[in-house]
Amino acid sequence: MDDTELTEGLVRDLDGTFEILVRIHVDRCYAIALRVLGSPHDAEEIAQDALVRAYRALAAYEPARIRELRLRPWLATIVVNLCRNRVRRHSVRTTPLAPLVEAGHEPAADASTDPAALATAGADRERLATLLAMLPDRYRIPIVLRHVDDLSYAELAEVLGRPEGTLKAQVSRGLAMLRAAATATDLQELTA
Amino acid sequence: MTSPVRLTDDRPGALGPALSARAPAHVAEDVLVETGLADRMAAIDSPLGTLWVAWNGRGVSEVELAPDGPEAAARHEQRTGRRTTLVDAPPAHLVDAIWRRFAGETRVRIPLDLRGRSAFEVAVWTKALEIPRGEVRPYGWIAAEIGRPKAVRAVGTALGHNPVPLIVPCHRVVRTDGSLGQYSLGGPDNKRTILAAEGLDPEGLENAARRGERLSGSSTTKIVCWPTCRHARRTQDRYRVAFRSLREAGEKGYRACKVCRPTAIAVDVAA
Repeated sequence: MDDTELTEGLVRDLDGTFEILVRIHVDRCYAIALRVLGSPHDAEEIAQDALVRAYRALAAYEPARIRELRLRPWLATIVVNLCRNRVRRHSVRTTPLAPLVEAGHEPAADASTDPAALATAGADRERLATLLAMLPDRYRIPIVLRHVDDLSYAELAEVLGRPEGTLKAQVSRGLAMLRAAATATDLQELTA
Repeated sequence: MTSPVRLTDDRPGALGPALSARAPAHVAEDVLVETGLADRMAAIDSPLGTLWVAWNGRGVSEVELAPDGPEAAARHEQRTGRRTTLVDAPPAHLVDAIWRRFAGETRVRIPLDLRGRSAFEVAVWTKALEIPRGEVRPYGWIAAEIGRPKAVRAVGTALGHNPVPLIVPCHRVVRTDGSLGQYSLGGPDNKRTILAAEGLDPEGLENAARRGERLSGSSTTKIVCWPTCRHARRTQDRYRVAFRSLREAGEKGYRACKVCRPTAIAVDVAA
């Protein structure tokens, strides 16, 4: 089901269609929050809160407004704003996060079934997540939206309210910082 | 081995394979419950034994007696069309609120999810909420108070369909002739049990009704009440006067209580 069909369904029968939206978008809402905040517990709360807010907004919007919605960037905007509010409320982190503990995640679509290889990939993934978490917000959030969530720069501009050129520069600079950090910590998978 | 992640900007989503994540299954379910698109159900103790309570983010959606949880959940799903998951217990604040309501606190607020019910039904249930613990009112009183004085039978039907008995105290509504009447939560015996637990004497009520004593006045204040009104119940026996109808009381110079409002219906002595 593409976005046009989905928004049309939401206009016609919000209660009957909203579950489909949840099934399609819950993982990416969670992933964005997880990579922006670094805490699985916070990410669960943010993903839930974001989707509940989306429902309430949809219930209040006129049909024309729902039809115009681009669901992917719209939901990302809600998630990112909630993440920012949370960081603000809990005072800005000044120390890098401890290595993340992610219970229950298997590497996505990994062809290898060799346990040793999976373990290595898992460990590297954690280190990569840690390095990402250490980036300043202005680099980390665009990188998460662009490279974890796969949004276009036009969509990033919509979510973050910054010009595309600025965002390209921030993503590029952030990636350079990640590469440098990866090299420094000898993270083999990140050598570009 | 996994292929190296290339950190260049010409491949959007490049970190996806490494850093995407799947939300735990409960997140989607929590969203659906919070928005009222799915319900949860759990057992709760009550004066009548184990009750099954269903709720979602909008409020309590059902209270029912059932032999077991799966049957209660299946019935609830059929009635509401919403997926219903059994869990260990309702949220602590909800259990606390329900218990305080059972114990007679009127100020405790329990949100109710009454979607799909008619405006008439909701009006009947809302009116029933006004009847204090330890008191009863006739069906006809509710009909009159909501501006549908002739809809007495419909009021009885609406009370029988009350999805949240005990929380909405439909057990405090009795037949106009003073007998206790039906009860949706397991039958008339349960109605008797709850009313007795709330401090009423169901048999005394029924006996008085059989003697034709529909209203109770005080010869000192010259005010006439429903017999269970708190103002009637504090009248000393020697000043208590029973009436068969409001007209009879009026003829003897009594006025209707402004709290329990027996004015709402004309109480005639039926055969």
